[in-house]
Amino acid sequence: MVTGRRQCSPLPLSGGRRRVSGAGSMDILDAAVELLRKAATDLPTDIERALRAAQRHEKDPNAVSTLKVILENIATARAEQRPICQDTGVPIFFVTAARGTSYDGMVAVLTEAVRIATKCVPLRANAVDVLTGRNSGDGVGDGIPVVYFTEWLQDYHIIDVLLKGGGSENISATYKLPDSALGAQRDMEGVRRAVLDAVWRAQGKGCPPYVIGVAVGATKDDAALLAKKQLLRKLPDQGGNETVANFERGLLEEINSLGIGPAGLGGRATALGVKVGVHARHPATFFVDVSFGCWAHRRRRLRLREGSAVYE
Amino acid sequence: MSEPVILRTPLASETVSRLSVGQEVLLSGTVITARDAAHRYLVEREDGDGMPFDLEGAVIYHCGPLMRRSPSGWEAVSAGPTTSARMDIYEARVIERYGIRAVLGKGGMGQATGQALREAGAVYLVAAAGAGAILAKRIVTVKGVWKLEEFGEPEAMWELEVANLPAVVAMDSKGGNIYSEIEARSAAVLQRILGKGAHK
Repeated sequence: MVTGRRQCSPLPLSGGRRRVSGAGSMDILDAAVELLRKAATDLPTDIERALRAAQRHEKDPNAVSTLKVILENIATARAEQRPICQDTGVPIFFVTAARGTSYDGMVAVLTEAVRIATKCVPLRANAVDVLTGRNSGDGVGDGIPVVYFTEWLQDYHIIDVLLKGGGSENISATYKLPDSALGAQRDMEGVRRAVLDAVWRAQGKGCPPYVIGVAVGATKDDAALLAKKQLLRKLPDQGGNETVANFERGLLEEINSLGIGPAGLGGRATALGVKVGVHARHPATFFVDVSFGCWAHRRRRLRLREGSAVYE
Repeated sequence: MSEPVILRTPLASETVSRLSVGQEVLLSGTVITARDAAHRYLVEREDGDGMPFDLEGAVIYHCGPLMRRSPSGWEAVSAGPTTSARMDIYEARVIERYGIRAVLGKGGMGQATGQALREAGAVYLVAAAGAGAILAKRIVTVKGVWKLEEFGEPEAMWELEVANLPAVVAMDSKGGNIYSEIEARSAAVLQRILGKGAHK
C-alpha cells in the first residue's frame, strides 16, 4: 500500500509564501499540491469514458486485452492513490490568474507545490540538469515546472495542469510546409498529411490510444504552444467552427483506420481525440505542430476562489 | 486465447527459443531495470567495477520506476515500461556483451536489436504501456539498487523480484516482430488514404 500522506502535509513555510499578492488570501499551495495528486492518480472522466467506448468497439484480441489492463490500471491507481504511470511527466501549468496576481509569486508557489507533491504523492523526480546530468531529486529544475501565465479581470484563478510524459513528448513533431516528401502544400490538406505522417511515425512508441493536439501558428513557438493548449480541451469539445470540427472528425476517423491500436499492438483505437487550433500565419511560414498525449492523459483543472477549490 | 506461458528466471535458452510473437507470458523471478543512462554505462563500463549483478542470462527491464523509501526498504509505487526505442543504439551491444536472455519494455525495437536477439537466442517482451500502478504490484521485493546517487532514481539500475508480471512476446528469437508487421500494414493504409486526398 502507498501510505504516508499524513506525514506529508505541506511543509511550514515562512513569510506568506503560500499566498500570492493580489490574490486575496486563497491558499494556493495546498490546492496546487492536491491538483497534482489528482492529476497523477485519477484520470479525467472523459478520457476514461473514451477508453471504455474504445474497448467495446475493438475486435483485435491484443487491443481488447491491452484496454482491459489499461482500465484496471486506472481503477487501481484511483483506489490506491498511486500514480497511473511511473512517468509523472513534466508539470505544465496554464494559469489564468485573478486580477492583480503577481507572476513571480505564482511561479514560486507552483514550484513549491511540485516539490511537495514529488515527495508526498509521490511524483517521480523528473528534472535533470543538462550540463551535469544530475537529477535534482525534488522534481524541480531551471524551467521546470513550466508555467504559462495570463491574468484576467475576474477575482478567481483557473489553473490547468498537464503532467506531460516523456514518451508522448518524444513523438511530438513540428512540420514546416511545404514538404515535398509528404506532398504537403500550405493548406489544410497539407496539415492533414503532416498529422497522418506524425501518427504513422509514432506507431506505438508514445502509448496509444493518443490524444492529439494540432496547431498552425504565427511562429514556430506559437504553433507549439497552441498545439499543447489543444490537449487541455475535453474530448467531446468540437472545434471552434464547423470547418475545424469537420477536420478534427475526419482526421480521427483516418487515424483510427491505420491499425496501430492500443500500445501499438494492433487494433482500431490509435487515438481518442484530435483537437485542432489555428492562428493567423506569416505569408512566408506555415508551421504545423503535432503534440501527442498518451492514453494516460493527465490533465486537471482547478478553480480557486476565496474559500473554495473546485477540481475538474 | 491460449494460456500464458509461465516464465521463471533464470530463463533457460530452450524455453526462450520456443517463444513466438504474440504469445502471452507471466514472468516471475529477478529483473534488472536499465534505461538510457544505464545502457550507456553497460556499454562503456570496465569489468570489475563492482556492479553487483551478474547479467548472464538476465532479464533487462526498460523501466524508470517511481519508488518510495519505507521503513522496511524501497517499495515500487508505479513501475511500468518506458519506450524501448531509445535504447536501440546500445541494446545489441548489451545483449552480446552480457548474454541477456530477455528484454522487457514497450513500443518495439529496431533491426539491430532484432538481429542481436536472433544471434543470442533471446526475446523482446512488452508489458502494458502506461500501466505503472498495477505493474508495481507485481514487484514483490526491491532487492537492490546500483548507481542511485550518480544516475538518480529513474535511471538507476534496480534489481527487482517480480511475480506473475504479464507481458507479450513482441520480437522472438526466430526473427518474428509484431511491430514491424503493424508498421508495414499501417504504411499500406496510409498510402491508400493519402492517395484519396482531403476530407471536406
